[in-house]
Amino acid sequence: MTKTTPFNSAHHLLNARMVDFHGWEMPLHYGSQIEEHHAVRRDCGMFDISHMCAIDAIGLDAKPFMQRLLANDVEKLRAGKALYSCMLNEAGGVLDDLIAYYLGGGRYRIVVNAATAEKDIDWMKACAAGWKMQLALTPRCDLAMLAVQGPNARETVWQALPDIRDATTAMAPFHAQQVGDYFVARTGYTGEDGFELTFSAQHAETLWQRLLELGVRPCGLGARDTLRLEAGMNLYGQDMDESVSPLDAGLGWTVVFDTAREFVGRSALLSRPRQSQFLGLVLDGGGVLRPQQKVFTATGEGLITSGTFSPTMEKSIALARLPLDSTMGDTVEVEIRGKRHSAHIVKPPFVRNGRILV
Amino acid sequence: MSNIPADLKYAKTHEWSRLEADGTVTVGITDHAQYLLGDLVFIELPEPGKQVSAGKEIAVVESVKAASDIYAPLSGTISAVNQDAADMPERVNNDAYATWLFKIQPDNAADLDQLLDAAGYQQEIGE
Repeated sequence: MTKTTPFNSAHHLLNARMVDFHGWEMPLHYGSQIEEHHAVRRDCGMFDISHMCAIDAIGLDAKPFMQRLLANDVEKLRAGKALYSCMLNEAGGVLDDLIAYYLGGGRYRIVVNAATAEKDIDWMKACAAGWKMQLALTPRCDLAMLAVQGPNARETVWQALPDIRDATTAMAPFHAQQVGDYFVARTGYTGEDGFELTFSAQHAETLWQRLLELGVRPCGLGARDTLRLEAGMNLYGQDMDESVSPLDAGLGWTVVFDTAREFVGRSALLSRPRQSQFLGLVLDGGGVLRPQQKVFTATGEGLITSGTFSPTMEKSIALARLPLDSTMGDTVEVEIRGKRHSAHIVKPPFVRNGRILV
Repeated sequence: MSNIPADLKYAKTHEWSRLEADGTVTVGITDHAQYLLGDLVFIELPEPGKQVSAGKEIAVVESVKAASDIYAPLSGTISAVNQDAADMPERVNNDAYATWLFKIQPDNAADLDQLLDAAGYQQEIGE
């Protein structure tokens, strides 16, 4: 049985090309994913992300629970701050990557990927029970989630929802708060400014329609993927999964070892140091880099984990696991359909806030 | 509903073919194919002069999403390629029938009869 979001009929009304995404019927694009991509870099676009799942963790032990569950440390989070983290298994593999929002007073909201949501909830509940911790874990997969992203995103959201303007004008990036019916987070997956809004499904169609009338461009999963790749952001299931250490997926910066905090996967990570570097590639000529293509460097082989055509750079770009001694600027070869093509190594992100950085 | 002009011939692999007055056959991909692929970003065309056999892959079109082989609809020699299409692949999305990819000098023009007509292609793609 295919799952649908509260925006499903809005997508059909716009003749979106709908696809199955891990059991959810989601829009791939509404005509041109490249035009949607440009709208987000230059103006404002919106994405239905209701397939992702919010899980509220509330209780006396919520903080120690989060500190043991996640590879990043919620220790210093003030109320209203967001934290990106991996959730690891005992072997140090990535069960999921997520954003945890600290709401104050022993309350956290965790937003996880659609494909892994059920597995994540089971894992979290088993952990809480096993650790005998006092907290309630409440999945809120019933909520609508809409990401509005781009240089004009915040201003447009304030026009659509004037009541949230005052409370969120001074809210810094990577912060969030509940304002009336809307949980407003200044986060995203595009490398642009904007909000991710979480709210009751009954408001979904009204808000969508209001944003459409304000000129916000609806964007599908296609543009979401090219935007996040340009922004150098990992995609779960592609750039890392249960068999990959966060240290080999460029996520070492999200793992906090510097206190004695015992988090799941810690000892496994300590006993298996980083085996590869996670860097960007830019293809020098024509063609398109794709996941699973082999990379040949002077000192060994690497593998592309995400690759696409960058609409902003008008070149093909990729994220790849490369030998440890690979260096920025090095020329490498990528095998595309049996032929080797030259590419060079760069440090992601490729694009942020509308500007090309590599 | 895809645009399927009645005056063209079609392969099951989504290439259209048109016999020209000079005896060459112009080849492109169908509107249905460009719709399935989404925004095209790269096209690799065959070398002019290359001998091609019916049903063999001779070109590649890549969209943001995926790469797709293009097959020779009939045997012959590549007599021309459309560099404009390679330079601006989005033209294929805008008009798949105006933006041809290559021309073949067929070994036997009667091979065209082996291809589908518009009604046959429409049935093939289930529309």
